Amino acid sequence: MKLKKKIAIIGATSAIAEQCARQWAKENPSEIVLVSRNQEKAERIASDLKVRTPDAVITNLQVDFLDAGQIQELIHQIYQSGNVDVALIAHGSLPDQEACQNDLVLCREALDVNGISPVLFAEAFAMQMQKANSGTLAIIGSVAGDRGRKSNYTYGAAKGLVAGYVQGLQHRFANTNVKVVLIKPGPTDTPMTAHLKQSGAKLAPVDRVAAEVVRGIESGQRVIYTPKIWSVIMMVIRNLPHFVFKRLDI
Amino acid sequence: MVTINSWGRLSREEHNVVALSDRGQIQASLTTPGLAHGMGRSYGDVCLNPQGEIWITTGLDHFIAFDESTGRLVCEAGVLLQDIQRLMIPRGWILPVTPGTQLVTVGGAIANDVHGKNHHVVGSFGDHIKSLTLIRTNGETIECGPDQHPEWFSATVGGVGLTGVIASAEIQLRPVAGPWVDTETIAFDNLEEFFRLSDTSEAQWEHTVSWIDCISKGGGRGLFMRGNPADTKDRKAPKAGKLTMPIVPPVSMVNRLTLRPFNMTYYHLKKWQAKRELAHYEPFFYPLDNVLHWNRMYGPKGFYQYQSVVPREVGQDAVQAMLKEIARSGDGSFLAVLKTFGNRQPLGMLSFPQPGVTLALDFPNHGDRTHKLFKRLDAIVREAKGRIYLAKDARMPKELFEAGYPRLAEFIQYRDPGISSGLSRRLMGS
Ligand SMILES: Cc1cc2nc3c(=O)[nH]c(=O)nc-3n(C[C@H](O)[C@H](O)[C@H](O)COP(=O)(O)OP(=O)(O)OC[C@H]3O[C@@H](n4cnc5c(N)ncnc54)[C@H](O)[C@@H]3O)c2cc1C
Repeated sequence: MKLKKKIAIIGATSAIAEQCARQWAKENPSEIVLVSRNQEKAERIASDLKVRTPDAVITNLQVDFLDAGQIQELIHQIYQSGNVDVALIAHGSLPDQEACQNDLVLCREALDVNGISPVLFAEAFAMQMQKANSGTLAIIGSVAGDRGRKSNYTYGAAKGLVAGYVQGLQHRFANTNVKVVLIKPGPTDTPMTAHLKQSGAKLAPVDRVAAEVVRGIESGQRVIYTPKIWSVIMMVIRNLPHFVFKRLDI
Repeated sequence: MVTINSWGRLSREEHNVVALSDRGQIQASLTTPGLAHGMGRSYGDVCLNPQGEIWITTGLDHFIAFDESTGRLVCEAGVLLQDIQRLMIPRGWILPVTPGTQLVTVGGAIANDVHGKNHHVVGSFGDHIKSLTLIRTNGETIECGPDQHPEWFSATVGGVGLTGVIASAEIQLRPVAGPWVDTETIAFDNLEEFFRLSDTSEAQWEHTVSWIDCISKGGGRGLFMRGNPADTKDRKAPKAGKLTMPIVPPVSMVNRLTLRPFNMTYYHLKKWQAKRELAHYEPFFYPLDNVLHWNRMYGPKGFYQYQSVVPREVGQDAVQAMLKEIARSGDGSFLAVLKTFGNRQPLGMLSFPQPGVTLALDFPNHGDRTHKLFKRLDAIVREAKGRIYLAKDARMPKELFEAGYPRLAEFIQYRDPGISSGLSRRLMGS
């Protein structure tokens, strides 16, 4: 029998995170801690999970995602009721690139929420996981972090920051029981990308992406591209010589 | 604008799509006139709003509460019946009514007041709804149910999405021992035998349905299938394989050349297999769900389903007459389904089930030729004082609709003026 797990999800109202929570609910976890900014939405997700897994304890916590002090305090508090087996850091928002170019306030917000904030949460978890010498820390990055492109480099830069940070964290925990996983979803069908779909973009179904994320975390892979095809696509894009790359409208 | 199809794939109309995903924000999304759309498992234009707006409800997929002791489930309207079944059957509860596919939403099942193989025992989907929350485009929210604003309830159950958007519903589930069904298949040679089998089975069997061979001379031979929930719990579930129709074949694969051999083979194969066996509920209730996109086999022109119900007294003659017309046309389908409805008045003002016998068939779209056949079938239905199922319809004439649904005038008062569909414009003028 599988051991019952305690799972913490940051950015629990994001579509991928919510689908991951539903997959974990099927495995009958002992506790799911949801961390978000939006109380009403998070409550809806909590009651849904409660129906799906009546035996688990579902907790719903709110925090300011940019306040380092609050974040540290919150993760500390989560650990007081026992060690976390899996922490998933999933929040983010897709900014409009052109708007970021024209407004530094927006640019700053995009970098904060997609880059700085996930790193602060990860660092807070790292501190606790190191103490416990156990746990898997998974962070959602993006294929956009693999190479800066004119269509979304602000977002890409923030995700690139996360990727570099995770590499360091993986190095730090290399000889311990703590695992660190970087997830790189390609464009996924979520409310965040609804406008892309209207204009005909091909998006991966979110439940499929979530299933791959959960499986990847379970096996402790270091980097997970999902859907898998993106590892090939991004390898090509990363290695395109600049004289070819500059002509691409991507 | 995005092309949205219904299951029959008869049109390729553009729609402006708005995805509803936040229960608290539904009202705010209903700013321009539109129509709720679930899984698009209806065949015709009941779930389409060509050139207009469509509110996709599949993001409203949260469970809200479940009472383990009473079996009452509250959930959002975009939850799939499949999700309910897979979660609840292992816990000892099952949906009392499900259609032949579980890939439909709760909202779609209410709006069409769908029926299953056990109508004669439990009625239709709406009979098990304890309450629902209806959101109107004018800003009103109406909680209704059998005991609360019953007039709004009976307009909305079977109301084909025209009274407002259903946000959530409370469903009464039924206790069940496990996922297994005791089944039996019996071959019959003519309609008389079918009706005899129906009459003698209904008291003892919860589920009854028949497949008929609509091609054979004389028509009316077929296979009667019946089932009861089994007491068995522990048995390993079969592994679900998934077949897919990968592409749309350039022409319909359902034609005069393939139909006769198919129907003959199916009949003899099943007849040879006819016996009692324990079946898992999924293949028993939803035989086609594992063949994704099977609707594509009818080719790019799509297909119609023609489902009618006629009163029992004239049932045998009317069905016989329809089968004769179909056999003569040579355009019948793989799936001709015959079933008797129980003797109960429908809850919804526009609900389809009424006491009698219902016949459902798919027809590849051959344009005029197909419409000529439908005209002849319409005449039989009209004379028998029957009606055609809105969930399946894409073409019935207005007069037949008005004759078949006598509570239409009453229903109209509850329409939401901010909602209209292809079907409502075709049959109600707006
Ligand atoms: C293989 C197959 C087998 C079937 N077998 C049966 C059967 O045995 N018995 C039977 O009765 N039917 C059967 N059907 C038909 C199917 O059950 C109905 O068409 C069902 O309503 C489809 O649900 P949906 O979620 O796809 O809704 P859609 O088809 O998308 O919409 C159906 C109607 O519901 C409305 N609607 C959807 N969501 C909402 C909401 N939240 N609020 C208000 N209105 C809403 C739409 O406006 C539309 O009028 C079958 C269909 C298929 C494809």
